[in-house]
Amino acid sequence: MKQLPNILKEIRPEFDFTASQDFIADGMLDSFDMMTLVATLDKTYGISIQGTDIVPENFKNLETIAALLRQCGVQP
Amino acid sequence: MNFTFHRKRISGILTIVPANERSFVEEMKNYNFPESRSMKLKEVMGYDKRRLVSPGVCVSDLAVFGLQHLFDNGSLSRDEIDALLLVTQSPDHFVPPTSNIIQGRLGLKRDMLCMDINQACAGFVIGLIQACLLLEQDSIRKVVLINGDVLSRKTSPKDRNIYPLMGDAASITVLERDPVESVVHANLRMDGAQHEALIIPAGGFRLPSSPETAVLEDVGDNNFRAKDHLRMDGTAIFNFVQVEVPPLIEALLAQAGVSKESVDYFLFHQPNRFMLQKLADKMKVPYAKMPSNVVEHFGNGGGATLPLAIALNLARELETGHCQVCLAGFGGGLVWAAMLMRLGGLSFCQLIDFP
Repeated sequence: MKQLPNILKEIRPEFDFTASQDFIADGMLDSFDMMTLVATLDKTYGISIQGTDIVPENFKNLETIAALLRQCGVQP
Repeated sequence: MNFTFHRKRISGILTIVPANERSFVEEMKNYNFPESRSMKLKEVMGYDKRRLVSPGVCVSDLAVFGLQHLFDNGSLSRDEIDALLLVTQSPDHFVPPTSNIIQGRLGLKRDMLCMDINQACAGFVIGLIQACLLLEQDSIRKVVLINGDVLSRKTSPKDRNIYPLMGDAASITVLERDPVESVVHANLRMDGAQHEALIIPAGGFRLPSSPETAVLEDVGDNNFRAKDHLRMDGTAIFNFVQVEVPPLIEALLAQAGVSKESVDYFLFHQPNRFMLQKLADKMKVPYAKMPSNVVEHFGNGGGATLPLAIALNLARELETGHCQVCLAGFGGGLVWAAMLMRLGGLSFCQLIDFP
């Protein structure tokens, strides 16, 4: 999960994802970015994040994304 | 709501796509996004090529071209059409029904039923249900179901939420009574409380088109569109599909007493590849059983994407053999609908270009 900031940076290089607590409200991730992120996380960790979990609340900040990954069985 | 029909079958499917092809890569410069972000989107969603009508081309043009093709090659004759159903959200005019225009242009008989149905991406299944209901009547022996939309004409080239995924297409599906015992199961749900998730705000009687409704507005995320354009709440639609469709399919299979494993193909409406793969994962269905390649070749043509998936992937298989298929459509309304049937022995299953 340490890769998470780098994965996000790859999708939106212009933002510092360690400096925000709400990526959606701060305009750092839109709905298509969320889908791109999910596809990248699925591939990186060999998981399939459920479609029903692709909601803005789960992509607010590094902690919520990490919680989602833990729920999918990714070790911290 | 559940439906069960006996001795009804699809006997042929023809799909019609405009020959005019556009490429996502060529159109990327229209959007206010860095190229790298658009390329990632292309990879995830499966955007590549799409087919669009030329300015001025309407649904009746695609339908008349397709039906004339069937008449010319002897696959269908004018006099055997007892009902013509057109499912579209882009009629030629508000008045009269476009199905009547098609009847008139082709010189079809007067002793028949023409009916327009205003439904969106679930329109193929809704149309099949309506066709099966009509076939319960002794006077109706053959129904032609047309699904068609040219909604690319109502999208903003500056709206990356919807412009790159839209395609134009039409399909002609012929239904008749099955000479052997067969059962078709269907299941549908509707939620009009969420009708604003997919809407063209202006152009109807509620908000007529005007110079003001044609003005492009900044709608956030670097997208611009007018009230005359199709608007989609992508997140809401995505979540609705992921939450509602899997239980609908489970209920349909339970209703029919059929196991998921005995279904040969899950042929779903195709808004984008990502959405379908997430559905397949959730339903534990192999990707090979749920084709998701329509968007990359043609774009999302509304209700016609489902017959397009059939013609693109299963034409030969269905002309020579039979499959157990689960069909599902979902989208504007909101509507989600599914059907389980034995499909095959088709007298035609083709895809043709509209010049």
